[in-house]
Amino acid sequence: MEIVLALAIGTLTASGLWLLFRPRTFQVILGLSLLAYAVNLFILAAGRIRTDAPPVVARDAASDPALYADPLPQALVLTAIVISFATTALLLVVLLASRGLTGTDHVDGEDGDQ
Amino acid sequence: MTGWAHHLIILPILLPLLASAVMLAFDERRRTLKRLLSFLTMVALVAVSTALLWRVAGGSPDSPSGSYAYLLGNWPAPFGIVLVIDRLSAMMLLLTNVLGLTTLLYALARWDRSGPRFHPLFLLLLMGVNGAFLTGDIFNLFVFFEVLLAASYGLILHGSGTERTSASLHYITINIAASLLFLTGIAIIYSVTGTLNIADLALRIPAIARADLALFESGAAVLGVAFLIKAGIWPLSFWLPRTYAAAAPPVAAMFAIMSKVGIYVILRLSSALLGADAGGAAGFADEWLRFAGLATMAFGIIGILSVRQLTGIAGYYVLVSSGILLTSIGIGGQALIAATLFYLVSSTLAVGALYLIIEPVERNADEEDMIAGIAEPVFDDEYVGAPEGEESEIGVVIPGTIAILGGGFIFCALLLSGLPPLSGFIAKFAIIDALFRHDRISGLDVALIALMILSGLAAMVAMTRAGIDLLWTPGEDSPSRLSIIEVGPIGLLLAVCVGLMVMAGPAMRYFDQTAAALADPAIYIEAVLSAPRAGADAGAAAR
Repeated sequence: MEIVLALAIGTLTASGLWLLFRPRTFQVILGLSLLAYAVNLFILAAGRIRTDAPPVVARDAASDPALYADPLPQALVLTAIVISFATTALLLVVLLASRGLTGTDHVDGEDGDQ
Repeated sequence: MTGWAHHLIILPILLPLLASAVMLAFDERRRTLKRLLSFLTMVALVAVSTALLWRVAGGSPDSPSGSYAYLLGNWPAPFGIVLVIDRLSAMMLLLTNVLGLTTLLYALARWDRSGPRFHPLFLLLLMGVNGAFLTGDIFNLFVFFEVLLAASYGLILHGSGTERTSASLHYITINIAASLLFLTGIAIIYSVTGTLNIADLALRIPAIARADLALFESGAAVLGVAFLIKAGIWPLSFWLPRTYAAAAPPVAAMFAIMSKVGIYVILRLSSALLGADAGGAAGFADEWLRFAGLATMAFGIIGILSVRQLTGIAGYYVLVSSGILLTSIGIGGQALIAATLFYLVSSTLAVGALYLIIEPVERNADEEDMIAGIAEPVFDDEYVGAPEGEESEIGVVIPGTIAILGGGFIFCALLLSGLPPLSGFIAKFAIIDALFRHDRISGLDVALIALMILSGLAAMVAMTRAGIDLLWTPGEDSPSRLSIIEVGPIGLLLAVCVGLMVMAGPAMRYFDQTAAALADPAIYIEAVLSAPRAGADAGAAAR
């Protein structure tokens, strides 16, 4: 489980970073999205990986914290997902505006090699 | 702080949130209503933050330290969400809201009509900044950062135009990347310590096992990088001058406080979490802050001399002041931190005033000298359904435009370059004085002093050059009209600087107490963790 999660985070981060440094705006957005996925998984991992353990304490269960997964990172991830989704959507709008105003999808608004 | 007064703490967040929510319900064309609403909100915010500062500075029998925690949802401190007000945050709140009020007044002259929904975005920006100053845990800090960033994304695009759009593309990308670093840092710190509350973190950090220390330090470093990007530290600062220059003047003036939010967080976290009591992690980042700060100053000085546009000068000056602040925080020491806080307040007000005065000053200039971002047409069709023929409502047009602009400009130049007698001079003098009080003056102290004096010289040279270009050289076109609502806010900001100069004694005493409280994180921790729950003791009696 740990190795799968670590590989997933690593692959997402590496691909995200590579795309982030590309010159086209759409690639940059994809890169940021991949990085956001990687970070969200990373936050989940920060609460120690548990499988088959509920994060919410049942009303009548014994209150032994060892039986439960850490609920806090899951709550944090929800917040982080919403925020990164919203900002990515906004960036997409700016991308379209920039494409319309400058006529190119280069991140600097002009193609350097022309 | 007891009874109703305790609830003042949450008002700097609630008021702008409610006002902007109400505004969204109204038609965008009901401009007078929106202006009135946001003006009243800003006045209320200034009043609330003054009251908070008053209470915090006065100290009271129930909390002589002047730190108060507000338990949202009435959960005890390390578990629930907590807002904290102490001397540092009260001071930053007042600074933000005074700058916000003056900027809003300025924007009322015409800038709020150059695009839709200026007022809700502006108030949301203030909500985010106020929240970032008030919050007591690092995840809510992230949330408030996102609120202020989301509002700033909207505001940077305010007025539209090619330059703004492509500058904001960079700005948004960099800030989203910084937010991801922020989250990564939070996750690492949480995995080591198991808490996100700043006070609770401060208690747990000294107990971190040696094996986990490197992990914690890398988490703190990643987190720090996220704030340093906002503050504009050297290798991460290339976006800042261009973005600030592209923004509409009132927006740029508000951005002057946004780079200070990064500084505030660095100061808050490094004193609470990495102070002398922090065990193995104590002060591990200080060395980095010092040298990166010096590099930022050097970069800013070269930048100031290299640009001819005033907006560029202002942007690079923001970098210089960030550099001075970060280096001073890195060197540390109570006297130096107090002087640094004075400099923080003075430079924020001065840069804010400069951004506001740039546009009226350059409005007179020849067209080809004007900067792309600022010279964008204001009254284009961006504003959907704006009623025609209302330009005469702007206000009283005042005579002697050039004299007033020139006076204000000289004032700004003196403030920025730190010449006597204004508050910029007092701030820099206090920093140098604090450095000379060290037993052994290190090469680093000398470097800071030298660069600080050099930066003053550079600002003087650049401002003189720009001033001669724009104000002294006779132009063919007659000076444009200047309405009192544009001059008023600039005058107000400069008056606050004069006030800071005249009241330097009491102000410095306040900053000294602030620095003393920062040097002793136990005060902060005590205030948060022992905050009484509402209704826990007095509840039964009240009923």
